[in-house]
Amino acid sequence: MMPGTAAAGVGQGGAIAIALRDAGKEFETPEGPVRALSTTNFTVLEGEFAVLLGPSGCGKTTMLRMIAGLEAPTSGVIEVGGRNLWTPGKRDNVALANMGMVFQDANLFPWLSVEDNIALPLKLRGVRKAERRERARSLCRLVGIAGFEKRYPRELSGGMRQRASIARALSYDPKILLMDEPFGALDAITRDLMNIELQRIWMETNKTIVLVTHSIPEAVFLADRVVLLSPRPGRIEEIVDIPFARPRSAALNEDPAFQHIANHLRERLEH
Amino acid sequence: MSPVVNELRKRRREIPVWVGSLVILAAFLGGWEFYVREFNVSKLILPAPSAVIAAWIASLSNANTWFHTWITAWETILGFFFAMIVGVGLGAVLGKMPKVEKMLNPFIVATQVVPKVALVPLFVVWFGFGMTSKVVIAAVLAFFPIMLNTALGVKSVERGYREVLSSLNASRWQAMTQLEFPSALPYILTGMEMGVVLSIIGAVVGEYLGGSEGLGNLAVREMNSYNTTALFAVIIHLSALGFVFYAVVVGLRRFLIPWHESARAMKG
Repeated sequence: MMPGTAAAGVGQGGAIAIALRDAGKEFETPEGPVRALSTTNFTVLEGEFAVLLGPSGCGKTTMLRMIAGLEAPTSGVIEVGGRNLWTPGKRDNVALANMGMVFQDANLFPWLSVEDNIALPLKLRGVRKAERRERARSLCRLVGIAGFEKRYPRELSGGMRQRASIARALSYDPKILLMDEPFGALDAITRDLMNIELQRIWMETNKTIVLVTHSIPEAVFLADRVVLLSPRPGRIEEIVDIPFARPRSAALNEDPAFQHIANHLRERLEH
Repeated sequence: MSPVVNELRKRRREIPVWVGSLVILAAFLGGWEFYVREFNVSKLILPAPSAVIAAWIASLSNANTWFHTWITAWETILGFFFAMIVGVGLGAVLGKMPKVEKMLNPFIVATQVVPKVALVPLFVVWFGFGMTSKVVIAAVLAFFPIMLNTALGVKSVERGYREVLSSLNASRWQAMTQLEFPSALPYILTGMEMGVVLSIIGAVVGEYLGGSEGLGNLAVREMNSYNTTALFAVIIHLSALGFVFYAVVVGLRRFLIPWHESARAMKG
């Protein structure tokens, strides 16, 4: 599929949450400009779970970081909730407040308790302390770390830290959750568990999620649509609809239809 | 070997560390006492530790000692206080503005290389024989480690933490209060630990060279009257004062940064 026609999914009925319109990214290097992401058109629908899949250097993280407002596109427009995110010189505040970002490292502040880490975005927004605590408490329950509110991040396991970081991103109730290889640093068993947990959190909160990964099973398990990217220069190679009903269980990995899609994606990645 | 024997061996080896420290101290003082008595060393050269400790304890009930102690302590506190304000402030600016730091770097290195104690007579000329010159010296000596460590701390903020605040659209002020300051605090405390020791040194050296008050001046006076035992007693008194200041600053770690490795190691 050509990048220009990559706007699949439109017409599924939902409103558009995120739109990339001719968005691209070039990095300046001493050896001249390098294309990180070719001119890309792509939309994510409200409530959708989109997964960006590809090998390193395919521009998937660049694409997510441009959506998150962390890196400016060098061409084209990115719209979040219908608002132009990158106007020259600054980012759109309303669009930013619509999104919560989860990084590969949990990036919890070591000097704050789990509760204060989760409520940090609310503190920045001037929410009162009692209200912050209340919200952090209910988010801890949602992400499955109730009882650890007063602990410091170092006292938590890697999986629990990432749960706290998801709770932090959800604290101000953004419509969109952006996740950059959130479980990439976790062991395989914890990772499978976190995938199931993330699906549950997504279904309970009705968020739109864009998640970056290089794991094919993770992509197929989580996604409504898998966006396959390929490198040099980074571009959208194919968009694959994943039809399995929700909630999906761990046993889905053994399903022939699941493996068929996974094999197809693997072949496309290796060609 | 049976586990029981192993267990007994392990237990026998587990002598607390402070016992070892005490043994070393006792051996040192014992050797000193022995040397002085056995070789009839003149107490003008080296008084026996027993005599020194007796003189020190006697000096503690002397109002004069406490008057001089307060002078030195006050000079140290004031000097350290100004060093903190200027050092943390300037360090934060340098840490935030790499270009300014590069521009000032040759001068910072130059001022670091100058033996600052050599400037003491100059400060006495400028600020007189009173407390002011000592406060200035204490501040100048303590300033550098505080500034350099603060700058290092602000520069060492983890990139990932910055990105969190960036994605949350935090203001520069929020980034400073929520991220840069707490993140730099362990570094600032390290600078303070080095600085507080230097500010005592500054105050005492200032007292050596000019004026008529303070423990440094008291030490010089005892030396001039050939009372070496009393001189040693003043040195012990100064060490005790320095220890108190240092312990207070080190103790701040546990209150201010209980989350940090260094504070946890202290409990250990």
